[in-house]
Amino acid sequence: MITIPRPPVSIPFAEALQRKFGSAVSRSAQDCYIIEQPEILPSVCEFVFWELERPFAGLIVEEREQWELRYIFLLPNCGWANLLLRLPLTTRNVPSISAQVHAADWYEREVEDLFGLCFEEHPRLGDFILHDQVWQEGIAPMRKAFDAAAMHFEKRPQSDWRPTLVVQDPGAFAMPVGPVYEGGAGESVHFLLETVGEDVIRAVPRLFYNYRGVEKIAEGKSAEDVLLLSERFSAKSAFAHSLGYCLAVEQICGVEVPGRAAHLRVLLSELERLRHHAGVIDGICQSTGLSVSEAHAAIIEEQLLRASCVFTGHRYLFGLNAPGGLRRDFENGSVKELLAAVDAASTQLTRLEERLRYSSSFLDRLEDVGIVSPENSRDLNLVGPVGRASGLRRDLRRSLPYCGYEKYEFDIPSEIEGDGYARLRVLFAEARQSARLIHQASERLEPEPVCAGVEATTGAAIGAVEAPIGAALHWVRLDRDGGIERYRILSPSFRNWLGLHVAVEDFAFQDFPIILATFGLSAAECDR
Amino acid sequence: MSFWPLHGLRRGIQSTRYPHAPETAAGISPGRPLSTEFASAQHAADAASICPVGAITAAGNYAEVDLRACVWCQRCRFGSNPLRWDTGFEWSRSLNGSPLPEVFARSLHIMIVDAGDCGACLHEVKQLNNPLYNMHRLGFFLTATPRTADVLVVVGPVSENMRGPLLKTYDAMPDPKRVIAAGACAISGGVFGRTFMSAGGVGAVLPVDLEIPGDPPPPLAILHGLLVVTGRNQNAEVR
Repeated sequence: MITIPRPPVSIPFAEALQRKFGSAVSRSAQDCYIIEQPEILPSVCEFVFWELERPFAGLIVEEREQWELRYIFLLPNCGWANLLLRLPLTTRNVPSISAQVHAADWYEREVEDLFGLCFEEHPRLGDFILHDQVWQEGIAPMRKAFDAAAMHFEKRPQSDWRPTLVVQDPGAFAMPVGPVYEGGAGESVHFLLETVGEDVIRAVPRLFYNYRGVEKIAEGKSAEDVLLLSERFSAKSAFAHSLGYCLAVEQICGVEVPGRAAHLRVLLSELERLRHHAGVIDGICQSTGLSVSEAHAAIIEEQLLRASCVFTGHRYLFGLNAPGGLRRDFENGSVKELLAAVDAASTQLTRLEERLRYSSSFLDRLEDVGIVSPENSRDLNLVGPVGRASGLRRDLRRSLPYCGYEKYEFDIPSEIEGDGYARLRVLFAEARQSARLIHQASERLEPEPVCAGVEATTGAAIGAVEAPIGAALHWVRLDRDGGIERYRILSPSFRNWLGLHVAVEDFAFQDFPIILATFGLSAAECDR
Repeated sequence: MSFWPLHGLRRGIQSTRYPHAPETAAGISPGRPLSTEFASAQHAADAASICPVGAITAAGNYAEVDLRACVWCQRCRFGSNPLRWDTGFEWSRSLNGSPLPEVFARSLHIMIVDAGDCGACLHEVKQLNNPLYNMHRLGFFLTATPRTADVLVVVGPVSENMRGPLLKTYDAMPDPKRVIAAGACAISGGVFGRTFMSAGGVGAVLPVDLEIPGDPPPPLAILHGLLVVTGRNQNAEVR
């Protein structure tokens, strides 16, 4: 049975917390709620996630005078709530909230691996980001004392590492896929598909082959240098991520971005979304083996890449964002040229969708395949087109508008079935909305400078954007010299990879590449 | 369903004629910065100081570009003191100068390994399979197994977790074989540099035969690199 999630309750967040927990949770400035006793953390998070129905957005850990663990929840139309837990630096153990909030599972595993903090009663810690066959336990690279430049750190890999198999049955076996597979066209991910024959019973992705320690190497760098990192850790959504980073820096420094820059940012974000979705659609067509449709989708994507290059000078929109606005302005003539290319791509996508809708063998591969129920997607807090195809109608452009999105007219397409075809329909519909937004943005461009001056100050802020894959949060803390003290990326792929296994399990082997393609995930964005 | 072949045929051939004819379509390449002469040494020094990765050095009135380090941030393209940029894409550099034996000239099997790539270089290699580039027409094929691969294309700065799989892939390839480092990260580590998690380029791990600068290198630059590695194009800059 499919149930639509109820709308959130309407009592103000602070009041609800106060009523339930009294003085155990005290409110400090900027929507920060301090949890006074560690023991009550799981019950507070459970209350916020399940009773108040606030989506969990991630965990941010900082090593300052104390450990500062921030559990971030989204308050639609208001902002973010930080549930802050402070612990002395000597602490080793932290209460786990994964049993209450399943979406926190991977965040806790990540923190355990990188900071060496142990989450009590978490069933599966270790061997996550630092693979056990490469690193021994007990290394905590995100701690301040760890030197990122120390190349020849003594490593004691566990050469006899074996994956943990769960399915116990006569005839059960595990099929390993990756990390080098698919003729190299795929990113580095390893899958362990456990089966007793035809159906995948358990599917565990092993990620972080691409972990480059972006958050670690950002520390101590200047804000300009980290901007390069923010757009280069995940190229397929480079503009969205650099925008998230810039929004955070602008918020700290109290900068007002000029109107022209804000509209151009909307235009470029939507151009990226359109190109990204065309690429995912291409991947879906490829996975089903319908090669003519694949060729058509690939041509649409390549033409959008070329249009991006003609417009901005870079096929993947690198080097455009800067704290305070944009690095350069665009002429009205080139905007017109871009609009023509966007219209052509949009028309061709609509035509492609029509044809795919009448291709029964194609639909057979997608319909009722890889289902994520609305309950599961809410439980695991899925974001982006994947979440929206399972009834989670969440979009930061609507719930926490940035760059003036509140002044734009657009729909947020959503579906309820949660199968592969629903995800494909959402992708096509979002691409149409992006084309619509590009047109609106182009009509609002007034002659104005595109960059405001930024004076560095200290502080921390969240920059949140709706990247093509979903909600992306960038937490930036600037130190006294305008350098980066802490940079944390809560990426949408990280959240959606956690939900992939739900879609894969109990489907046949041959459905696996198709389900993977409909999720449209990026390993680089997840791994950082 | 029967309409698909018809739609495919109706489109006709859209593939580029490169390398048999020059390709000049707009947007196929971001171009590259060129060493530029300025009016004064001060101007050249100013132009060099703009580069966030130190790829530009000032020598007298000249600002010289090290393409291996460039990350295509375009700061030297649109600033007040811009460098010259060209629009081509034939900029791969052969490091040892010896292409594969002639037997590989018409049929080459290519293995790609993503060693910590951001997705751009990988995607640009993948684009070579789309109808606009269609590298099959030149006898180039992507292969899923190192046992049949002749050329290893590595993208990304070689993350620590991928070092093992990369070495295993290389070892499993039969001789003769060539290694191509595609993109700024694969050449020099790019913005990730040499850290506990990044080897700082493929050269630190494997013998590299050809480098393709770019962040990311556009599809035709990669195609040019493949032509050089098979000895079918002599336009490479040999170091």
